Amino acid sequence: MDFTRLAINRRTALLTSAAIAANVMNPLRAFAQETPRKGGVFNVHYGAEQRQLNPSIQASTGVYIISGKIQENLVDLDADGKPVGVLAESWESSPDGKTVTFKLRKGVTWHDGKPFTSADVAFTAMNMWKKILNYGSTLQLFLTAVDTPDAHTAVFRYERPMPLNLLLRALPDLGYISARHLYESGDIRPNPVNLAPVGTGPFKFVKYERGQYVMADRNPDYWRPNAPYLDRIVWRVITDRAAAAAQMEAGELHYSPFSGLTISDMSRLSKDKRFVVSTKGNEGNARTNTIEFNFRRKELSDIRVRRAVAHAINVPFFIDNFLGDFAKLGTGPIPSTSADFYPGAGTPQYPYDKAKAAALLDEAGYKAGSGGTRFSLRLLPAPWGEDISLWSTFIQQSLSEVGITVEIVRNDGGGFLKQVYDEHAFDLATGWHQYRNDPAVSTTVWYRSGQPKGAPWTNQWGWQDPAVDKTIDDAATEVDPAKRKALYAEFVKQVNTEIPVWMPIEQIFVTVISAKARNHSNTPRWGSSSWHDLWLSA
Amino acid sequence: MRILRLAGRRLAASIPTLALILIGVFLLLQFAPGDTVDAMMAQMGGGDAATATELRKFYGLDLSIPAQLGNYLWRLVRLDLGFSSIYGKPVASVILERLPPTILLMTASLSFAFFFGIVFGVIAARGVNKWPDTLISILGLIFYATPSFWFGLMAIVVFSIYLQWLPAGGFENIGALQTGIWRTLDIARHLVLPTLTLGLIFLAIYLRIMRASMLEVLNLDYVRTARAKGLDETRVVIRHVLRNALLPMVTLIGLQAGTMLGGSVVVESVFSLPGLGRLAYESVVQRDLNTLLGIVFVSALLVIIVNFAVDLVYARLDPRISAEG
Repeated sequence: MDFTRLAINRRTALLTSAAIAANVMNPLRAFAQETPRKGGVFNVHYGAEQRQLNPSIQASTGVYIISGKIQENLVDLDADGKPVGVLAESWESSPDGKTVTFKLRKGVTWHDGKPFTSADVAFTAMNMWKKILNYGSTLQLFLTAVDTPDAHTAVFRYERPMPLNLLLRALPDLGYISARHLYESGDIRPNPVNLAPVGTGPFKFVKYERGQYVMADRNPDYWRPNAPYLDRIVWRVITDRAAAAAQMEAGELHYSPFSGLTISDMSRLSKDKRFVVSTKGNEGNARTNTIEFNFRRKELSDIRVRRAVAHAINVPFFIDNFLGDFAKLGTGPIPSTSADFYPGAGTPQYPYDKAKAAALLDEAGYKAGSGGTRFSLRLLPAPWGEDISLWSTFIQQSLSEVGITVEIVRNDGGGFLKQVYDEHAFDLATGWHQYRNDPAVSTTVWYRSGQPKGAPWTNQWGWQDPAVDKTIDDAATEVDPAKRKALYAEFVKQVNTEIPVWMPIEQIFVTVISAKARNHSNTPRWGSSSWHDLWLSA
Repeated sequence: MRILRLAGRRLAASIPTLALILIGVFLLLQFAPGDTVDAMMAQMGGGDAATATELRKFYGLDLSIPAQLGNYLWRLVRLDLGFSSIYGKPVASVILERLPPTILLMTASLSFAFFFGIVFGVIAARGVNKWPDTLISILGLIFYATPSFWFGLMAIVVFSIYLQWLPAGGFENIGALQTGIWRTLDIARHLVLPTLTLGLIFLAIYLRIMRASMLEVLNLDYVRTARAKGLDETRVVIRHVLRNALLPMVTLIGLQAGTMLGGSVVVESVFSLPGLGRLAYESVVQRDLNTLLGIVFVSALLVIIVNFAVDLVYARLDPRISAEG
């Protein structure tokens, strides 16, 4: 399997050399090649329909892929992963970290013609982010008020210091603004606007036929000059992955985001010149595969057993043979794509060593009985992707070689969350941990004790470590970026020593897109971004 | 009037069955771990416990199971199917939106399978153990043995990707919204492959049944009499044999109307059609109890209606069977 970055590089190289050649022979033609073309309909694969489309109250890629084009956030990430203003033009934090002031963009209007002001920001922050938005309610827990001294200034007031770099890295996902005048009366959740979003973005919502498609058209009054280029975007609901691949090939789809096709179809299409298959543009959506241990099982509460499990699995072999270039060896909860917080690979690691695993198990007092079996465990894999299914079978086979019998218990999404995070009816569980640009957003909850029972993707292992809790709490309110980074390095070292959860594989979502698309995958969260500069060549 | 009375009686007789089915499905879904809020959390990629509690209250899940069931049945008595938690609107309107593609697909594939089943069955029976019979039987066996999702995907590869004759999926052309006759033609074009995919398995069954039933009837005494009268073979087959041979076929249609609703889940997924089968699948995964029960209710009604129609057709085909019987 030779694709993704390699394929991209070859493509880019070819294009560049072609452009140079054309330039020499015919400068006009080269110019024509570079000029963005207006018009065209962009067809997007939409795999999992959501219950509503408002990104101010639901943080998930299934919402951003549509409404990220219709509604806008205060800040987004630029090509280098640095925060860049969208609806906010500038920002500053007070020295104590308790006040963050945003200067808002002027002359922006909602799709219904009303002006965008600081009142919209204050309303969204206090009523949606703080009260309803998943992860937003944790991020904004200590937000007490948003002051609006004038129509284009919003002052966020916090009870405890809010690190500016945390806020700016969380807001691309958790900072979408909704129009106050459409939401201020009545309940927010059942509001019909949630299914017919109104925003300030480059595309205007047109129509949503459940089970079929969502359609949005060019916003002629968009605040960025000469944008957007596309006339229309259509998101087609296709639940069958193989059918989606067929529609890509038939030319009925231009783009399948977030690893929406099967691994085999993605590697097949990567050899096809009509498509670009790459992990580029998804760096902001990194995830790690997990092994979650239930400490209520006597055997697993022993650190030697957890380490033996980690040592027993040949992760590089699994990646090479099952995931290919779409994945790499992980080193813990903070993935290497996180330039701001990645602590390096110097933290405790557990390379494949079957003999050591067996020795650790012997030492813990679990000698192999008759038939070579030490004890047996129930493993619950999450149903989110085929990699998890493969990974759980690989865990089963690896552990059987060191004398641990594993029974795999499969559930659908709702069932998995209920059994693992609410009923704790598992010994081992495996799924994805999503890293959202800053460890405080959705990573440290996997380790911080005191999570309410039933909260998915949190520490439900029956494990508690006061030292880890302290590091997490200190880092969450530390305003000095260098000190924060050091605290998170310490955090990774601590949790990699104890391994209540082991995260040995790093993955980035894979994009499959038509080679006709231009200006795509140019930011770390491109699939979720506004696509104001995306265009289709003829 | 007689028909109406019969219909009324049939409907009344099926009410206990319907009630049992609904209660059964309700209880069965309680055994599945997780509820619609868990499913929603899974979809959102996380949320906190307070949100979950609030959502459970919002969806009426904080009540006890008997209370929920009681509420549901009481609403049903008033012909209210309830509110869908994934769609955020009344279940009745959600189902009404999804019904047309399923009914179109079902009618088209049943008609296709029925018509060609008769034609091929008759041809096979007329030339029993000769090459047309062998060819038709082999083809029938292949269609029957092929899983429909595979057949659907292969049809897409050949007709949509390679030949580019037909669309690869969807119910109608979204890029250019059409009206009137053009829209009808457009939808018909989109339904060709799904109809073939769903219909071929049933075609295989129908042609086997038709062939066997033709062979049986061809050996009856009255057929010999008809031949002895000097009627030509075509007349014997069409006027005398076919009518009697059709009875088992009609029975089968009644039985398979239900099977087809189920079989359409796969075809609807492969061809991205917004039908009832996919809605049912989605409601199970999302633990949307109201929608699922609504679909069960509507499907049961459909099956009852089809079987009623089958009874009426019986009476027409064979006057000895009275519709009163």
